[in-house]
Parts: sequence; structure tokens; C-alpha cells
Amino acid sequence: MSSFSIQDLEKRKHEILLKSTGIDYSQYEDEGIGFSYENLMKYTGYDIKTVQSIQKELNVGGTPLIELKNITKYARKFAEKGKGARIFLKDEAQNLSGSFKARRAAVSVYAAKKQGFKGVIAATSGNYGAAVAALAAKVGLKCIIVQECFDSKNKAQPEIIEKARACEAYGAEVIQLSVGPELFYTFLHLLDETGYFNASLYSPHSIQGIETLGYEIATEIYKETNRRPSAVIVTNAGGGNLTGTARGYYKAFSGTKFIAASVNLKGLHMASDEDFNRKSFTTGHTGFGFPFTINPDRSDVPRSAARPLRYMDSYYTVNQGSVFFITEVLAALEGLERGPAGNTSLAVAFRLAQKMDKDEVIVVQESEYTGAGKHHQAQLSFAKKNGVEVKFGKPEQEIPGKSIIIPTSGKEVSIEEIPMNNLRKSYLKPYKNKRFTTLEYIYLLDELKLSKKSEIDDLMQEVNNENQGR
Amino acid sequence: MLVPVGTYVRIRQYVLDASERSENIPESTKKVPLKAWVKGYMLDEGELYENVKIKTVTGRIVEGELKEVEPIYTHTYGDFVPEIFRIRKICLIEFWGDRNE
Repeated sequence: MSSFSIQDLEKRKHEILLKSTGIDYSQYEDEGIGFSYENLMKYTGYDIKTVQSIQKELNVGGTPLIELKNITKYARKFAEKGKGARIFLKDEAQNLSGSFKARRAAVSVYAAKKQGFKGVIAATSGNYGAAVAALAAKVGLKCIIVQECFDSKNKAQPEIIEKARACEAYGAEVIQLSVGPELFYTFLHLLDETGYFNASLYSPHSIQGIETLGYEIATEIYKETNRRPSAVIVTNAGGGNLTGTARGYYKAFSGTKFIAASVNLKGLHMASDEDFNRKSFTTGHTGFGFPFTINPDRSDVPRSAARPLRYMDSYYTVNQGSVFFITEVLAALEGLERGPAGNTSLAVAFRLAQKMDKDEVIVVQESEYTGAGKHHQAQLSFAKKNGVEVKFGKPEQEIPGKSIIIPTSGKEVSIEEIPMNNLRKSYLKPYKNKRFTTLEYIYLLDELKLSKKSEIDDLMQEVNNENQGR
Repeated sequence: MLVPVGTYVRIRQYVLDASERSENIPESTKKVPLKAWVKGYMLDEGELYENVKIKTVTGRIVEGELKEVEPIYTHTYGDFVPEIFRIRKICLIEFWGDRNE
């Protein structure tokens, strides 16, 4: 008994997406593998000042920038003399709906209203749902949120249940699905049925919405410290957060490094019914972070406006136990109770600060709200109930889905660097043995944040040689 | 239990049978159906666990098995987790020193 046919929706996918976004993505395609990203980003016609005024009108943005003085001092206890950068946090938990996602939703919902759509739909199990619902409520649009929520035994992730509650609190209809990538077809079917606007996380609207966050960080840090931050650390999943923040930052200043941070969920399959409830993070993890970094065009739009490799200087992973540790530290030392997933970047910043000079500045680019279900106690309790062992020890020994290992000291918070060239090689893998045109080289230099054609050739040589000699 | 017209309820639909699921998904997902849960107001009176028609808050009309009448949220902050108290103790002692000495 199916309510739609996958084959039929697959055939009509482009027509449905065109109607629901208003964007004809085909006009941005170049010859060969590339497309004109900057032209796509001009689609809305809004400059950053316009986006700022749209958000201000909707009570979005302008969140406090907080210096985490105690966490800085705590990090310095484990650093060499003269080391330990000042750690600042952009407290996005104080944004409308409790996260930076309100910035993304604001531009989409504003555009949908202006274009005369009756409602908006978003496919999201995360904070973005609450953000779209809240903004839709504010401008008087209907809203449907589609979530992946339950495993086949009808057991839900508590964090996702909480987000459903938040969406419903803002008047949205929430459709909760069991595990599986076919969520996309339910989503397409709903767009087709309702004629609502596709408030995709990956549209130019959504990414433009985050640019104000980067811009605020740049200007506020400079005002506060009279210097530019050495690094901005961004929790990375779908890639939009890093892309938008970096783009906005560079509209004010240049020269800062953008560092991605994800929770390490190595070995857990994101589309697996069995693995679904064995993870303690439903976002900000490598299960989204890696695939969306190496292939951004896997989302609910033909070309994603979230292209993190273009702006990423380095990428670190951190284990679940270390993020829970730092979440508790944030409450115990700073009096800030914030949701765990958003603290992924804080855990990474805590370690990186220890290697940097004392007068340097490092920015944790967001926090998120916390509550029943999405709280470290709820999530650790849920992990134990699902047979995951929670213990203290060496974080490097954590096996996602089997154990959560909490460090026994701030000194033991552990991060791992992912070599950027490994990510670039994974990006290039589908083009094995391909010869690129000049236009394609230019596109790839932007996509991979490289400056010389020979760098691409070197990476391609490694890609082409893989599996040879077997 | 007869549920009256206009009651706010939660229903469940089978979206895809196991046989209709996508090709490239893990075995554990492929062998189970894709289900959906939706909330709304009863359009006719109906029995719990039987097929009913509802109108959602956006005005969509949806059919499925009636699973819950006047659904509530039951998610919590979880059970007591002693590890959290231990983390707090670790960071407080490392930061402030042992104030109980």
C-alpha cells in the first residue's frame, strides 16, 4: 500500500523542484562538470545589507558574542607557557527558535511569502525545522516539516522528538518517518501535493542567510579585541554552516582560517535501521559531514549552495565522549547550558586554542538551545538504553555505536585531523582517468580551494593510481 | 473505543512496503517497510487501531491507522547519569582546586 510511486516521482523530480524553488538550476550549468556557483548565489538578488534588514525585521540575528573566559583559563592549564588563545562563542542559542538555523529559514520564508507561496516545506530532523516553523508562523505561512525519526521498532531519537515538539509549538505539521533515504520521495510528493515552497537547507537563500553570522563575527571580534581571529571553528554536517559563515566573514575581512569540526561516527551507516538509534548525535557528525563535503550535490536541490570545501582550511573530528565532556564544562564553568551537538566546535576549539599563542583569538561560531531530549543527560541515558557502553578512559578508543568514552581530564579531550588532500581526493574520485578542460580546471580550483593546476594534477595522479597493481 | 469526530489524534501510514524500497540501502532498512506518523483532527468517528481519515493543521486530508488519541510528548531529560556528576567534579577540581579540602 504505497501512497506514491518512486519511479513516477523520479521522472518528475526536476519539474517539482523547479516549481517549488522557482530556480531553474539548468541555467547555471557550464559545459563539462562545473556550474557557475557565484551566479547561483546571486539568484535572490539580495546583498548582505538586504539580508540583514530582512532578518532584523524578523527578529533574527544580532546574537551575543561571549568571551568564554573560564574555558580559556581551563584550556591554558593544559597548554605550554605563552599558549592558549582566547575563546569566544557566538551564542546562537539566543537566536529566534534557539539556533543559527533561524538565519537560514528567514531568507527562505521571506522569499516564499514574497513570491506568493501559501506554505513552506522542509525536510529536516534538526533545528532547521523549528526555525522554518517559527519564521513561517511569523509571516503567516503554512509549514510542513518532514523528519526521519523512528527505527522499525518505532523507537525514536529523543533529540528528534524534541525538535518535532518545537515545530508543532510553532504551528507546523510534522510528518515523522521511519529510517531510510526514501524520505526524499515523501518530501517530493508533499511538494507536488501542496504546491508549497521548498525551504531547502541547500538553496542560495539558506546559505545567504548564514552570511550575516560570519559578518557579525568579523566585525564584533574586531570591535571587542582590536584584532582578527586566527580561526573560526564551525560544526560541520551538510556544509552550509561553514560555507555561509565564511562567505559572510570574507565580506568584512580576509585572512582568517575556517576549520570544520564533526563528531566522529565512523562505522555507523546513516541509512541503516539498526544503526539509527546507536548514535548519540543526530547532526554535526561525520555521517553527514564527510559525504556532503566530498560531494555537495547529494541534497534535495540539483546544485547545492553549501560547498564547504571551497572555504575549509582544515577539518577535525572529535569523539562523542569529548563533546559530552565539554558540554558539561560549559555549564559548570561558564553557567551556559547549551545543546550538545552545537558544542562539537567548542570541543575542537578547546584543543586547538592550546596550540595557539595567548594573544590569538579563536571563535566558536555557534551554540544551540538545549531541552528535554536534546540534552547530554537525555542522550547519554538513551545511549545506555540502546546497549552503548558509557565509560571514562582514552577518547581515541571510543567505537561509535558500541562505546562512548569520556575523558578523565580536560587534558584528555581528543581531536583528530583529517588531511584536506584526502577529502579532495575523495571529491575527485568520480572523475578517475578523466582529462579536464581549462574551464573544468578553473571550476575545480574553486571547488577544492587550490591555487595551482598542478595541485589538481598531483591529486588526480594519486586517484588514477588507486587500486593499480592489485 | 469509539473516537468522536474532531478529536486530535495520531495516525500511522505504510508509505512503502519492504518490496517497494530503494535498491541501494542497507539490508536492515530494506527488509522493513517505510512508515509515517501524522497528527490531525478526526473527520469521522472511528475506532482505535482502525483506518481513519484526519485533517492535519495545514488542511491536508490523510488516512491511516489510528494509533493515539490526544497525543502527548513524553520525552524527558533521561535517567540519572552519574557520569555527568563525575565530569563536573573533574572540571571543577581542575579549574578551582579542591574546595572541599
